[in-house]
Amino acid sequence: MSGDGAGRAAAGAAVAADARPAIPRGLKLQWEAAQEAHVLLFPEGQVLLNGSAAEIMSRCDGMRTVAEIVADIERTHSLSGIADDVGAFVALALAKRWLELRP
Amino acid sequence: MSAALPVTPELRRGLPLWLLLELTYRCPLHCVFCYNPTEFAATGAELATADWIRVLREARALGAVQLGLSGGEPLVREDLETIVAEAHALGYYINLITSGVGLTEERIRALKAAGLDHIQLSFQDSTRELNDFLSSTRTFELKARVAELIRKYDYPMVLNVVLHRLNIDHVGEILAMAERMGAGYVELANTQYYGWAWLNRAHLLPSRAQLERAEAVTREFRARVAGRMDVYFVVPDYFETRPKACMNGLGSVFLAITPDGTALPCHAARMLPGIDFPNVREHDLRAIWYDSAAFNHFRGEAWMKEPCSSCPERQRDFGGCRCQAYLLTGDAANADPVCELSPHHHLVTAAVAQAERAADGAARAPLIFRDHRISIAVEPRR
Repeated sequence: MSGDGAGRAAAGAAVAADARPAIPRGLKLQWEAAQEAHVLLFPEGQVLLNGSAAEIMSRCDGMRTVAEIVADIERTHSLSGIADDVGAFVALALAKRWLELRP
Repeated sequence: MSAALPVTPELRRGLPLWLLLELTYRCPLHCVFCYNPTEFAATGAELATADWIRVLREARALGAVQLGLSGGEPLVREDLETIVAEAHALGYYINLITSGVGLTEERIRALKAAGLDHIQLSFQDSTRELNDFLSSTRTFELKARVAELIRKYDYPMVLNVVLHRLNIDHVGEILAMAERMGAGYVELANTQYYGWAWLNRAHLLPSRAQLERAEAVTREFRARVAGRMDVYFVVPDYFETRPKACMNGLGSVFLAITPDGTALPCHAARMLPGIDFPNVREHDLRAIWYDSAAFNHFRGEAWMKEPCSSCPERQRDFGGCRCQAYLLTGDAANADPVCELSPHHHLVTAAVAQAERAADGAARAPLIFRDHRISIAVEPRR
């Protein structure tokens, strides 16, 4: 998950650590064996997610904060210092409306 | 965890990820721009519920995940809820593509319970007069009520409006209507000239000035609603100088099944001569997708002619649309004449020039509304 410069450049603004992202109604995240990937499905389209994106998206349940998502991924995969990368991806996904923030 | 780009926007090539089931050609509307084949009344009997369910299972096993339920008007099928429930259990993302006619509260509740993911509602225009004229029905108020139901049942509001010369000047009003209805997505799809739309092309092709005004209005609107609404403007390819990458190449990602079970690599492909499209009553989908001559016909580049076969852009647009090549030039293997490199490009520019002349006055032939009786009168192509 290191050095994801493209995601950060595309996303721009940072996301607050206490924000609670969720997958909007009408969108579905699922594992597709045929495509060997998690895909995000929406009206008449899909995006293929890589492993990092899937790890983040699958934790965006509207309950957990960005900080909790970061901590959970770091714990699960014995990583550290991924907060900026996670924040950049969440910002990108918000801009594309793959995610929305819950109060 | 990988350090690659977070998402890959491209669809993986080679799997029939997009399955379109045209459940019926029956439709209460009579739209002049319908892409259904003009000879639809001469096609075979509709598949039974059990056939559709077998198709869903076989396609899912091949990797299909986006499911379009269309027609005709799919709500005419009384087994729609059964088909949706099976598709949901199989893990499809289910899109209902409808005119809204027949979508009562009882049915939308049942469809929601069955697992329907999304409803795309079509409008013909922002005014009752033109909506009802273009569809030859009184459906405008009904559609507005259906839009309310879609919102009430917490579906994303996705509106589709087919644009052409008769309504393209109303784009501002159409977008305002969509905004009032709470639409999240609006697809302004310029007519593609197949089926009934091909018969009516002289009436429907807009002038370049109309198109440019509509694009400017759309751009302005899009900037105003950024972040709340997505507006797609599908440009009519007759005004382009390069062809669309139709279906990302035939047989690469898209699989359509017609009401009588014919499997097609694009909705309109049934018109292509000399190709025997297989039927799901006789073959399983794996054999159809991977092994049939029909689905392999336009894969790769061996079928291409010049100027496509040596063109540096052939892997980008795959020579454009085979159906358009056939309709305009009589040979489906020719370059799509939308391309300015095609020796037949003058056929497209002539149609556009004719639209320029016709834009101020009436076209000579009458508009032909999609109709069962007229369909019987139209000579089948094969």
